[in-house]
Amino acid sequence: MSYIKPKFHHPELPVNRLGFTKKEYEGVISTLCSGCGHDSISAAIVQACFEMNIQPHQVAKLSGIGCSSKTPAYFLNNSHGFNSVHGRMPSVATGAVLANRDLMYLGISGDGDSASIGIGQFVHSIRRNLNMTYIVMNNGCYGLTKGQDSATADVGSVSKSGNANQYTAIDLAGLALELGATFVARSFSGDKAQLIPLIKAGMSHHGFALIDVVSPCVTFNNNTGSTKSYDYVREHMEAVDTFDYVPYEKEITIEYKDGEALEVEMHDGSKVYLSKLAKDWDPFNRFSALNKLNESRAGGEILTGLIYIDEQSKDFHEMIHTVEKPLNQLTEQELCPGNEVLQRINDSFR
Amino acid sequence: MQSLNPSVNDFVIRFANVNGTGSASANKMFATSIFKMGIPVTAKNIFPSNIQGLPTWYEVRINDKGYLGRRDGLDIMVCLNPQSIKRDVEAVRPGGYFLYDSTKYLVKEFIREDVHYLGIPMTEICNTSFEDPRYRQLLKNMVYVGALSALLDIEHQVLKDIIHSEFKNKEKLIAPNEQALQMGIDYARKHFDCPLDIRVERRNLNGDSIVMDGNTACALGAIYAGATVAAWYPITPSTSVVSSFEKYANKLRVDKENGLKNFAVVQAEDELSAVGIAIGANWNGARGFTATSGPGLSLMNEFLGLAYFAEIPVVLVDVQRGGPSTGMPTRTQQSDLMMAAYASHGDTKHVLLFPSNPKECFEHTAYAFDLAERLQTPVIVMTDLDLGMNEHLSPPLKWDDKRKYDRGKVLNAEQLEKIEKWGRYLDIDGDGVPYRTLPGTHPIKGAYFTRGSSHDEFARYTEDSHTYVHIMDRLLLKWNTAKKLVYAPQIYNQPSQSSIGILFFGTTTYAALEAIDLLNEEGIKLDALRITAFPFQDSIEKFIQEHKTVFIIEQNRDAQMKKILSNELEIDKRKLISILNYDGTPITANFIHQSISRITTQSLTLQQ
Repeated sequence: MSYIKPKFHHPELPVNRLGFTKKEYEGVISTLCSGCGHDSISAAIVQACFEMNIQPHQVAKLSGIGCSSKTPAYFLNNSHGFNSVHGRMPSVATGAVLANRDLMYLGISGDGDSASIGIGQFVHSIRRNLNMTYIVMNNGCYGLTKGQDSATADVGSVSKSGNANQYTAIDLAGLALELGATFVARSFSGDKAQLIPLIKAGMSHHGFALIDVVSPCVTFNNNTGSTKSYDYVREHMEAVDTFDYVPYEKEITIEYKDGEALEVEMHDGSKVYLSKLAKDWDPFNRFSALNKLNESRAGGEILTGLIYIDEQSKDFHEMIHTVEKPLNQLTEQELCPGNEVLQRINDSFR
Repeated sequence: MQSLNPSVNDFVIRFANVNGTGSASANKMFATSIFKMGIPVTAKNIFPSNIQGLPTWYEVRINDKGYLGRRDGLDIMVCLNPQSIKRDVEAVRPGGYFLYDSTKYLVKEFIREDVHYLGIPMTEICNTSFEDPRYRQLLKNMVYVGALSALLDIEHQVLKDIIHSEFKNKEKLIAPNEQALQMGIDYARKHFDCPLDIRVERRNLNGDSIVMDGNTACALGAIYAGATVAAWYPITPSTSVVSSFEKYANKLRVDKENGLKNFAVVQAEDELSAVGIAIGANWNGARGFTATSGPGLSLMNEFLGLAYFAEIPVVLVDVQRGGPSTGMPTRTQQSDLMMAAYASHGDTKHVLLFPSNPKECFEHTAYAFDLAERLQTPVIVMTDLDLGMNEHLSPPLKWDDKRKYDRGKVLNAEQLEKIEKWGRYLDIDGDGVPYRTLPGTHPIKGAYFTRGSSHDEFARYTEDSHTYVHIMDRLLLKWNTAKKLVYAPQIYNQPSQSSIGILFFGTTTYAALEAIDLLNEEGIKLDALRITAFPFQDSIEKFIQEHKTVFIIEQNRDAQMKKILSNELEIDKRKLISILNYDGTPITANFIHQSISRITTQSLTLQQ
């Protein structure tokens, strides 16, 4: 069901630098359950793209299968979308990124999609450092099939059926760090103040940006005993930093006290200012980030914020030395070596 | 003792080696020397799925008439492998020759009264002439090539030239190779009557032909078609399709000034990802492809269903091997037909192309990209290990420089501007093929959602029965359009039409055409049709209808092509008779000849 939202909007709605209102960044009305964390993330994406002055048609949004993967229909109506097969969004995204390096790629996945059926493709897209923002809407359960535990469900977390999960949870942020991801963040769907700048930073990052967002399932995993319920996450969230994202076009006005903040420069010149809450936090150090992530997990805390970033990240196109011009715009003249060359090739087989 | 009939340029020779002993290049040198003497020649590797140590065979057929399929009956066996000696001796036809390393005596059980033994103490010769143990091993191979050149009358200079070109970058190897070659020649001349009653003689029959393997030809097809994304997962026997693509792309498609490449090769983590990458690239307007074999194609099924239903172009090269499951990875078969034709769940059908030689591998692969984009659907080039990994005599490759890539129905921003209401899956032209747009084309027009779930003409999700049926029926209409665009079958009719027909495709063509001639000599006339593509053009149905009996040659157990023909066409399947070879080795002309001869003679007897 995808009915259309009314096109009318108030003439005095704020517009961004491109002259677009927020409406231009929206999609069709969500068919997810009322109160679903995923809808909050969609709203954060809308807000982030609006504030970043992104041309919607310059974004390609890709997803797999599942509740999370339905959401690309709910934002950026003027972007091409691709709802691929279960767990295989990263490969489709890889091909798309290779075909046209000039667009922005937004991958949306879920914990079933990325941590179970698609974990192979998830980890390999990290290895290739594809230039894309990969958001996992992580609710620890399978919503579309009525609430089975997923691979990110914590040990002991109680599902709606009342059973406690026995298996070790896969921590996607930790896994990404381990694999050499160049941008790893975690957030909570209910914390827009943190999530929106994270999405902006991820979209400005040159390489693979993972944002693992805990996003409670109101219908199947919001019960007492669940570690992915709204109440549990609010009580156990620990932000490692608060920050502001500053697009490169604007004058930098953020204020911070020496010794308490960190400046992270993105590839396009935009900046992220981190005000550290965790005193020993160093977002440039993969090992301490991994360590801290493990410690907080052991202590039952959910660490959120920009966990790790590599400012010098080299993306897939740079690794494999492809031409600047998008591959999908090359013509016969640029691609075909011609018959004369072919005749020389024939000669080498005589 | 019985001798073979004296013959010039008409015999089969097989080399029995130990895998990993460096025999491959010596054997290839032997075959190349025949080719360079202007004589039609074909060579087949028969090798195990193993790195080192197991028996491996290389079979060369030399034939003035240009029959280049396998033929039963072995005239000369060159045996370097003690492990396989028993079966190697047994394989020689009566009156044939058995060339072996006589450094050690042959035990009695290997002696046959009706075979000529040519013992050459290769190990001894090499041990006394070379100090380096590696040389001693490798150069044994050159000793037998030298002996054969004397025994078969191969021109010495031709072999010397090949050695020089082979080792042009390793010059210090030239002298020892020439020395070993000469030692073989000298030994043979001294101990045997040279040449034998079977021998070669210079001809000028090869014209401008090339000798190439099908995988290289497919790779070049992809290069010329402007493929920019190659994603793959290594699997025998298709691996060299992408490695050749990369090799030629690195030579031909890299900016000399800055070293930047106008292509991307991705070794994916598995076949699922490989085809996903190719699909993603095509969705975004680049020509992407993958190459695989049976087990890989199995894994790609789900994505093929998506590409069919969401209507995304993608090209696959399926180099078939022995199945099912892991099967026989280094043996040949045509047993992926059913899976390829109907890959994935639900009602799906995929366009298949069946090249028969390297020139066609090149052309079919290049055309597959045009077809896939024109039809917005997967196109699978179906080859097999025999075509893909063996070298075949083939007409040279050609490219028309005026040729433009057919990018199909892709709307640009200006066109979108002019269109009032565009729907991704609207059939404007009535050919079943809608218009597509690429991401990033237009700020407010042309964006749509690609999905594998049921959708309406505007790409919106729907489970409405009427809409679903409408889309599924349009895909059938598109299938009819595909029928018009694929290659027409090749028909070889007798001067006066025969009541018996024969169908074949792919690599069985070589043996089938020879078998037709052999049957002709017996008075059994056959009209022939070579299938070159699926969907089947109407002429195939007509051909079957017009003949009383139709033989179908296939290299699989279950007569898969016959089943697809029966499934797709209005024909009486009772008149289709299968000739099946599925032992993993290429089918022989004699096998086809004898099978058909036996059946036709029996039925004539019954009629009488």
